[in-house]
Amino acid sequence: MTAEAKMARNKKRILYTAIAVLMVIVPLVFQASTGLGFLVRILVIVGIWVLLALGLNIVVGYAGLLDLGYIAFYAMGAYAGVLIGQSFSSVLGGATYWVMLIPAAIAGAVTGLALGFPVLRLRGDYLAIVTLGFGEIVRICLNNNIFGLTNGANGLPQGSDQLVPPFGAIWLQDNVRFETPLGQFVFSQNLFWYFIVVGLCIGAIIVITRLDDSRLGRAWVAMRENEVAAAACGVNIMTQKLWAFSLGALSGGVAGVTFAYVQQFISPESFTFMESVFVVCIIVLGGMGSIRGVIVGALLIRGVPDLIQGLAVAGVLKLPGEAISMITGYRFLVFGLLMVVMMAVRPQGIIPSSRRARELHPEDDSILADEDQSLWDLEHREQSSAHNP
Amino acid sequence: MSNTVLSVENIHTFYGQIEALKGISVRVDEGEIVTLIGANGAGKSTTLNTISGLLTPKKGTIKLFGETISGLPVHKVTAKGVVQVPEGRRIFPRMTVEENLEMGAFLRNKEPAAVKESVTRVFDLFPRLKERRTQKGGTLSGGEQQMLAMGRGIMASPKLLMLDEPSMGLAPVVVEIIFDTIVKLNQEGITILLVEQNAAMALQVANRGYVLEVGTLALEGPGKELLHNEQVRKTYLGEV
Repeated sequence: MTAEAKMARNKKRILYTAIAVLMVIVPLVFQASTGLGFLVRILVIVGIWVLLALGLNIVVGYAGLLDLGYIAFYAMGAYAGVLIGQSFSSVLGGATYWVMLIPAAIAGAVTGLALGFPVLRLRGDYLAIVTLGFGEIVRICLNNNIFGLTNGANGLPQGSDQLVPPFGAIWLQDNVRFETPLGQFVFSQNLFWYFIVVGLCIGAIIVITRLDDSRLGRAWVAMRENEVAAAACGVNIMTQKLWAFSLGALSGGVAGVTFAYVQQFISPESFTFMESVFVVCIIVLGGMGSIRGVIVGALLIRGVPDLIQGLAVAGVLKLPGEAISMITGYRFLVFGLLMVVMMAVRPQGIIPSSRRARELHPEDDSILADEDQSLWDLEHREQSSAHNP
Repeated sequence: MSNTVLSVENIHTFYGQIEALKGISVRVDEGEIVTLIGANGAGKSTTLNTISGLLTPKKGTIKLFGETISGLPVHKVTAKGVVQVPEGRRIFPRMTVEENLEMGAFLRNKEPAAVKESVTRVFDLFPRLKERRTQKGGTLSGGEQQMLAMGRGIMASPKLLMLDEPSMGLAPVVVEIIFDTIVKLNQEGITILLVEQNAAMALQVANRGYVLEVGTLALEGPGKELLHNEQVRKTYLGEV
């Protein structure tokens, strides 16, 4: 290894260590500071969205399948986790959340397979429309109290029922508290959840990185670049797509159950089409196929609006009440504009994956044009020969 | 008599309502170069795509060493050793040359040493590819891309290599190189089924040839014989 490469590696190591240390210290400081505790809550929500976006990133970024109904898997995970969890919470107690990760993951993955099997024959826009429809079907089913399980728009858990917090959360909250120069530090449930969510994200990142380097990852790249050629190399297109779809859905399911237990309440309102759009936005903004990009995207799209609102509510930012409601009202407009600008200026995303950057970099436009032309010629010829054999 | 690698028996393939192949039978023996020639729309590529599994014949069977392969999906046909180098090259434009080749050996993941050997073999065949091993596939010239597509096919260690219009859109000099390589590959023991618009070139290198006309077989025979057949000369070689 050259000295230069060594230096680069050391630099990287220092950077990652710094980030890791910050990730532990920053929430502790927030928690200790009077009036800033809500920031920990925002970090938890952002973390859940990172998990969600990491999952969709497998589908969109790696396998190249546009899924506009991804939130359905999140919903499946959340409802499965809550419904099954409530039936067994008397037995499982504080372990309920941990055990429920399994049925939630299965619910997500199985839904992914069930949807993927019939619809993955479709491509591009068609697939996007079908998945969009699926997302809406799931939400409407939940809203209409399907099988008498979901309690409709009133959500779950019903009445005075409560979801059991995981082991230790209450104990830590009651016993770990002391005065600091910044204010009173309490090991709140939010902080507890923060570390759980970070752990889940790290787990997901490890799995995804390994996948990307694996045969499966290579097959996804090939499939994204040219399906016919990939098949001719022996790649089973259908299986690879199903893998991507169900792995993504699995991650969505895990994010869903986590969301449910963090929020202590779920209703169909949390699983609208707009939420699906947000996840896609996070990926597009951050950089398709890029893990770091997804994290930055989630921070921006999920974190910043909540942050502004939270700061205003906490009185740190002096904003009139009207301005606060305007932030909520105009955020869609801002995101829309942001997307348009991104597509025009930096289509590969804020932190693109190295391969994706190659795919979308303007320098490649001429190659792309040539390729499109030759593909068009080919298809056109196939068609004309089919019509006029 | 040598072993029959592939026997296509009376296949009928449809695009929707349109019958593109109306009963085509083709045989390829071990060690042969067999070519399918014919005008645009005669069904040459359709025949190849039906063999490779991209299309499914409505009638008729396709056998590889006596085992029926018609109706199998593409990846299974590939796994059986029938490897198609698709029309229009269809390399992976953003993978490097090396990655493209590795992709060709996708199903040989249990034998990394042999795969490495295959890479060396491809680089021996096409020194140009070796020079450009770290370059993106999409930045290669048309001829180099064709070499890459063929190299990728070889990487699968095929029992039958099917080349779909390897000369399409290439300069005459490059076409020469490509055909030289086809002969060389054949001499190394690879059985080849070649679809070509460039009938003169194809018939020169082929042991046997089939002439297709709007979905039916018009003629078949040894390559040299077809080359001197008056009808073929008139229709496909542009001689009056």
